[in-house]
Amino acid sequence: MKKLLSAVIFLLAVIGGLTLWNRQLTTSRQASSPTKTLVIYNWGDYIDPALITKFEKQTGYHVDYETFDSNEAMLTKIQQGGTRYDLAVPSEYTVTRMAKAHLIRPLDHQQLPNLQNIDPRLLNQSFDPRNKYSVPYFWGTLGIIYNDRLVKNPPQHWNQLWEPRFHKQEMLLDSARDMMGIALITQGHSVNTTDTATLVAAEQKLTHLMPNTRAVVGDEMKLYLERNEAALGVTYSGDAAEMMAVNSHLHYVVPSEGSNIWYDNFVIPKTAKNTKAAYAFINFMLEPKNAAQNADYVGYATPNRQAKKYLDPEIINNKAFYPDERTMEHLEVYKDLPRKVNQTYNDLFLKFKMTK
Amino acid sequence: MPQKRFSIGRIYLALVLIVMYLPIFYLIYYSFSSGERMDGFHHFSWVHYQALFQDTRMISIVLNTLVLALLSALLATVVGTAGALMINGIHNRLWRRNILILNNILLVSPDVIIGASFLIFFTFLGFKLGFWSVLFSHVAFSIPIVVLMVLPRVKELPKSLKDAAYDLGATRWQAFSQVTIPGITDGIMAGFFMALTYSLDDFAVTFFVTGNGFSTLSVEIYSRARQGIDLEINALSTIMFLVSLILVYIYYRFSTKKGAKRRLNQ
Amino acid sequence: MSKNKHLVFTLPYILWLALFVTAPLVLIFYQSFLNINGHLTWDNYRDYIHSATYLQMTFNSVWYALVITVITLVVAYPVAYVIAQLRSKDFWLALIILPTWINLLLKTYAFIGLLGQHGSINNFLRFIGVGSHQLLFTNAAFVWVAAYIELPFMVLPIFNAITAIPTSLINASLDLGASRWQTLTKVIFPLSKSGVAAGIQAVFIPSLSLFMITRLIGGNRVITLGTAIEEHFLTTQNWGMGSTIGVVLVLAMLIVMVLTDDNNKKGGA
Repeated sequence: MKKLLSAVIFLLAVIGGLTLWNRQLTTSRQASSPTKTLVIYNWGDYIDPALITKFEKQTGYHVDYETFDSNEAMLTKIQQGGTRYDLAVPSEYTVTRMAKAHLIRPLDHQQLPNLQNIDPRLLNQSFDPRNKYSVPYFWGTLGIIYNDRLVKNPPQHWNQLWEPRFHKQEMLLDSARDMMGIALITQGHSVNTTDTATLVAAEQKLTHLMPNTRAVVGDEMKLYLERNEAALGVTYSGDAAEMMAVNSHLHYVVPSEGSNIWYDNFVIPKTAKNTKAAYAFINFMLEPKNAAQNADYVGYATPNRQAKKYLDPEIINNKAFYPDERTMEHLEVYKDLPRKVNQTYNDLFLKFKMTK
Repeated sequence: MPQKRFSIGRIYLALVLIVMYLPIFYLIYYSFSSGERMDGFHHFSWVHYQALFQDTRMISIVLNTLVLALLSALLATVVGTAGALMINGIHNRLWRRNILILNNILLVSPDVIIGASFLIFFTFLGFKLGFWSVLFSHVAFSIPIVVLMVLPRVKELPKSLKDAAYDLGATRWQAFSQVTIPGITDGIMAGFFMALTYSLDDFAVTFFVTGNGFSTLSVEIYSRARQGIDLEINALSTIMFLVSLILVYIYYRFSTKKGAKRRLNQ
Repeated sequence: MSKNKHLVFTLPYILWLALFVTAPLVLIFYQSFLNINGHLTWDNYRDYIHSATYLQMTFNSVWYALVITVITLVVAYPVAYVIAQLRSKDFWLALIILPTWINLLLKTYAFIGLLGQHGSINNFLRFIGVGSHQLLFTNAAFVWVAAYIELPFMVLPIFNAITAIPTSLINASLDLGASRWQTLTKVIFPLSKSGVAAGIQAVFIPSLSLFMITRLIGGNRVITLGTAIEEHFLTTQNWGMGSTIGVVLVLAMLIVMVLTDDNNKKGGA
């Protein structure tokens, strides 16, 4: 009993000490008034921390940076309430879904003078007409990454992924929309197909890709390809850029017949308490120099036209990341599908993953 | 007991420990690489440690995580031990089994389900999400493992011992603090450490019930996966690992010295 | 201590059972009867029973959880036994637990580095002349990493049970001429059964719903119920179907409890 009691007292002392240390750390950088705080909800490590510090110095706001790891998890959190987020960064189909569920506020464009810095080609997309609710943060495509030491004639089109020479060589994404979308494109359909028969046919086609599949993975694909663990992968341009920075044998192609174009966007949730700070932050991030610095840090393609002059020309002229007009025309945004259809996509994809 | 007889056993133990520490050493090794990823050691460098020490946000998250883990493990151990004693006191077999089944439900439920239902629960009550909601949740999902660790020890406690204590005129409290508790201390310690492990490891439940600026290391690491986890996290894990190792060693030296003294006194 | 004081002592546990166990359980049970549009229906259960995919997944989950539990038990029992014989047992036991304090995702990333084709283990295999092998994305790799994660949860309860056996009993057995092996199988093993049962519960039950390493290490070549639940709760947000699978997991746990409980008949007060 004595032994246990002394252990408990020791533990409480440690807890107390750690709490005090923590309080000292946070008060030294925390603003006192809640109206001076801005709560940002974003993907982990998806912003240059130096920019947050710069914003805090420039405006006097204190920034709380909270993180999530998937659109759906973030959506659930905001929907349930109980938390305050002034700014969130969902992907395009989630913007539609949030707007439909009245989880985000319409934006006042008057307060966003820097919106004019954005490339007009990337504004007014179907997921958010006239950018009523969202401002693009980063954007990119879905494509094929390959290792030039392991692949002789690299594929330029989705169909080539089915060629028998890639037996057990490919890594696929663990994402129903993306993989079903590829199968749909090869059959000449839209990535937003809702017809069940067409989807079943696409799953049939996907099943034939199984012999070429080494694994169906998520973010960890980066690790595998960087380490030459597989010859080919289906991936997003943002991830591709990171892999290529680590392994110079990797290259990225956007099939010209069509692919998905994705956007991550700033939105102001209904739960926001400090919209003034939220607008100030969006404007701050849209400043060409800041956008360029952020793009440099994150490694994704920036929608900011004016920022490009501050970026390495080699990146700006790389068609894999800033595709030419002809490819751009064939890129399709994911629409937010009815739940029933969404379920069909996932059920079929699950069935595909179960095939041996 | 002759030491030699266990040499095969010791070799086996050493082998298991080597396998268990292989990934840990791998992480530590790369924390000193000047590169960006756990791939191809570049050259020796302290950069990731320097980056870590300047990252006050990260340090604050680590402190949050530790306070949360220690406090939730402590509370879960207290509640779970009481629960184990209560379950053992139930004489009806059917009832006992039913309570045990209820006890184990959080062990079998996947984290997402637990997290989502706790989130619904807290928002239904209008409970503010943050440190306290996370703390309550961690206590909640750690209790069953404590019960599982303590219960077998309680069962093995000879009833005759407690009766003897009463016969010798001990009060209920005396019997409890001097017979029951010492008899199950090992189980309590095991429960505490397992609860600590559960708390440190949890991502999904914490994610759902957190808010208002409170974050833990697991949430931070998982949400960094899309951008690629950098070696700063390796440096952090190395430090945490070494500190725990040193603490364990100090505790061991401390307890064996005391033990040796006691033996001498006898 | 009066009955009232007794209640004060156990009240937190009872409250916990009511608030954090029963409430979510009722919620899951209720949701399992809701379809995607929020109407009450049996559809989820019907779909589950009629779907070859889900039945296959259920079989996979139970099978892999079984394999993982058996392997962990076989590895963990001798570990617990050896540690229980050592002089500084607490220290060695702590060494077994320590690795679990490092973040799981990070450890899995380390495993990817170790098990990869150009990873340390394959380099070693090449060095000793066995040649490199595809280790990742195999069932063996998945089981290996899962067993690695669960090992401490098996060692601890068994260790506890073994140290609870009075040394006098073991000495008596040895004095009566029993060999060390006989003592182990006839005395120590039967007396540590409750620890083994606790270990099986602590490993088998959570193993049923493993999901992360099925993707990271298994490359989704192994699909378990955990994967499906994850998908229903997060990707398709079909909480009804997710809850139905949750109910199936609870039922599976019931079966495990009943099976392991029979081992402790002597434990009845």
